[in-house]
Amino acid sequence: MNPHRTLATAARVLRQLRHDPRSIALMVLVPCAMLLLLRYVFDGDPRTFDSIGASLLGIFPLITMFLVTSIATLRERTSGTLERLLAMPLGKGDLIAGYALAFGALAVVQSALATGLALWALGLDVTGSAWLLLLVALLDALLGTALGLFVSAFAASEFQAVQFMPAVIFPQLLLCGLFAPRPSMQPVLEGISDVLPMSYAVDGMNEVLRHPDITGDFVRDAVIVAACAVLVLGLGAATLRRRTA
Amino acid sequence: MMNNKRPGRGGDGGDHVTGPVRTDPAILAEGLTVVRGARTVLRGLAFAVPRGQITGLLGPSGCGKSTLMRAVVGTQAKVTGTLCVLGHPAGAPALRSRIGYVTQDPSVYDDLTVRQNLEYFAAVLDPGRGPAAERRRDHVTRAIADVDLASHADSLAGNLSGGQRSRVSLAVALLGTPELLVLDEPTVGLDPVLRRDLWNLFHTIAAERGAAILVSSHVMDEAERCDRLLLMREGEILADDTPRALRTRTGSDTVEAAFLHLVDEATARSPAPRSPR
Repeated sequence: MNPHRTLATAARVLRQLRHDPRSIALMVLVPCAMLLLLRYVFDGDPRTFDSIGASLLGIFPLITMFLVTSIATLRERTSGTLERLLAMPLGKGDLIAGYALAFGALAVVQSALATGLALWALGLDVTGSAWLLLLVALLDALLGTALGLFVSAFAASEFQAVQFMPAVIFPQLLLCGLFAPRPSMQPVLEGISDVLPMSYAVDGMNEVLRHPDITGDFVRDAVIVAACAVLVLGLGAATLRRRTA
Repeated sequence: MMNNKRPGRGGDGGDHVTGPVRTDPAILAEGLTVVRGARTVLRGLAFAVPRGQITGLLGPSGCGKSTLMRAVVGTQAKVTGTLCVLGHPAGAPALRSRIGYVTQDPSVYDDLTVRQNLEYFAAVLDPGRGPAAERRRDHVTRAIADVDLASHADSLAGNLSGGQRSRVSLAVALLGTPELLVLDEPTVGLDPVLRRDLWNLFHTIAAERGAAILVSSHVMDEAERCDRLLLMREGEILADDTPRALRTRTGSDTVEAAFLHLVDEATARSPAPRSPR
């Protein structure tokens, strides 16, 4: 790996995005619009907004980055630019890290706006620090990027890549504790939710929501999400082949 | 149009012009076989591609030209036999900055401008700041001029015509100082003037840098512009010679007639395996 090549790749991905302002606007504004909607859906029940709102702050970046990355890397594969890059002196790690950096930067902007809006305009009541919310959101975004990168290897078209969203994300969404507390689920489902990374993303957000300090559980949740992201990024790198049939 | 005057280059480039003439071939293949799925696409090829010359790879579509090129570049899986490229086994990491490769379909980013495309690929080839950045700027400007796209340097690649996009793809391959250029049908869809200019450029690169150029085409009239020809059919090489020698040997006026003659000869010797397994 070479830091200059990694940074050049990240800059290139961001330049591509800059030529597509509509996508940037959708990525940044849709989470804010959803939070606004949610706030008034639970107009008479601000406690529910607190818990669901905090969870969603962690889930939005994961979903957005998953979609964006899976499509972007699929395009890289189908346009022939991936083959060209891998025939050049570019490390697989440079490519993966470049994507992670670029979309991570975007996730920071997205999460900062959504978190700011939720805390200061919509009155989301969080006991802990807003910075910790942002940290979890960023780790979630990295996890989304990693998952997107990984599944793009199994999609032959953009049509298929979009179908991976419900396949990979929806089960996690149902089991992550957003709709029902995880301990109240049927034991088999609870067991499954224990091994899905999004569960820890949501748990981490809830720790920040309820506790003023950094708790041991929070650290554990953050480390698990980060470790999953790194693991899946590694799996994603393994799907990049210099030689193909 | 195409500038034949090449600005001085930094980095590792300079010695190719003035250094000792290398006589060992750029590519040497022996028993080169490639299997794709259940099909044997290349069957035991043996050939050599010299430095400082243009070698044309000709044959009908589907005969294995692209597969052969991908094997040389090192992106083809399931390659057996000997394939030595610039003194290394094909696909060796040391070769990645020494080969320029143009795929049949232009492989560039449609949502970047021509210049941004080249800047990124240049940064992959020659990363770093300071002198490297200056070198890159020169190389990018020169590559854009080489393919005559200076007036479109700031247009998005996706907004260009098919011929212009394939020239962007070619410009990427010209970046740095490749000792071997592998060009898969680089002149498809270009008008006659541009085609002539690109061929002049190829000759300049071969003559001045001593680079080896392997260029595929299924247009036989381009064969006359090559120094050497590899005629392929159904995964086998029918002939490996100069255009003149081919015409003389077969008593034909054109390379096309020579090719047809050789095909008929080969068919008479042994009926072509129509569906190779």
